[in-house]
Amino acid sequence: MAAPVAVHLEFGGGAELLFDGVKEHHVTLPSQSEPWDMKQLLVWIQRNLLKERPELFVQGDTVRPGILVLINDADWELMGELDYQLLDQDNIVFISTLHGG
Amino acid sequence: MPVLCSSCSEKRAVLKRPKTGHSLCKACFFWAFEEEVHQTIVAAKLFRSGETVGIAASGGKDSTVLAHVMKLLNERHGYGLELMLISVDEGITGYRDDSLETVKRNQQQYELPLKIVSYEELYGWTMDAIVKQVGLKNNCTFCGVFRRQALDRGAIMLKVDKICTGHNADDVAETVLMNILRGDIARLRRCTAISTASEGDGVVPRCKPLKYAYEKEIVLYAYFKKLDYFSTECIYSPNAYRGYARTFLKDLESIRPSSIMDIIHSGENLSVREGVKMPVQGTCSRCGYISSQALCKSCVLLEGLNRGLPKLGIGKHHRLHGKILSQQPLTEHEQRKLKSVDF
Repeated sequence: MAAPVAVHLEFGGGAELLFDGVKEHHVTLPSQSEPWDMKQLLVWIQRNLLKERPELFVQGDTVRPGILVLINDADWELMGELDYQLLDQDNIVFISTLHGG
Repeated sequence: MPVLCSSCSEKRAVLKRPKTGHSLCKACFFWAFEEEVHQTIVAAKLFRSGETVGIAASGGKDSTVLAHVMKLLNERHGYGLELMLISVDEGITGYRDDSLETVKRNQQQYELPLKIVSYEELYGWTMDAIVKQVGLKNNCTFCGVFRRQALDRGAIMLKVDKICTGHNADDVAETVLMNILRGDIARLRRCTAISTASEGDGVVPRCKPLKYAYEKEIVLYAYFKKLDYFSTECIYSPNAYRGYARTFLKDLESIRPSSIMDIIHSGENLSVREGVKMPVQGTCSRCGYISSQALCKSCVLLEGLNRGLPKLGIGKHHRLHGKILSQQPLTEHEQRKLKSVDF
């Protein structure tokens, strides 16, 4: 049984509007037998944090194309994307690029 | 197992560049991003020493990064340019007034002069008022046309030699796709040009130093450098045609990141068969701005707004331009066609 995992989530670039405008969220993921991975985190976020328009945040299993994900300040493409296993106190940032410049 | 930077092999990599697939640390990424923009500027000979350059600033991610990088490169490489910020206030409550606050902060952060031009003072119409008359389907046409001219007017008021805009690689690729989808061969040929020619009164040449910079890198550059920018979708844009091209492009990018550069490359290398009829550049008989028709688009749209005929300028009614210019009344049938608006 893995211990509960505390993660710090940040939403930026307009993505925060889907979460009542709140940019920072400290969440504790409940303990479960398997380690938490990003794929499960996305499902959890959709169920517990997302306030509206899920299609603007997730597409299928992953984030909508145009939303950048940083894990501990590094591109999630370098960390295994959806397969990355979360560690306690990880910092995950979701930045939307889908707006005017 | 942290991935090491492929450039310096010392520090932890923080991003994987979509353009090259390389993994870079923060410092190497900043350097690569900035120097690539420098190479773009030098290779295309965008500026000459001593020129005054107006940076089109909206407070958004692209123009904020553009202002930051232009100032940095101007100092680092001694371009010898005098830089200024030009901002356009379209009169969109809740969107533009907030982003203009960001531009004012940018002005102080980068210590550059700032000029704001508004649709209200130039045309007598804010976007809020236009959308009330036109609806939410074709409003972006008005905004884009008016903004293009507004930037030129602002540039002339500031006496700048050139304008530079923050259009990035994604924007250019989307424009190529849009012009293919619409079959607009004239625009398709012009849209990948990195700078416009400087013909015509009231028109200031403009260029896109960020033309080859991926949107993802611009956002990450701004994020890691903690640059201050405004990020909300314009409230009137949900039905804009560009949205479809953007969604498609983003899906392509997730499959093959080089798609964006590839589309730009294809756009640059298109050649048009001989004998294809192209519009000829002239001037507007009313205001003197460049135009391929008797009346420039801006005048046509404005006429439509002022006469309560919102569809004038949307779709092809060129034959009516002559009637409008000579102040002849329109027939009832013509009026009806131009009045109908879908919301």
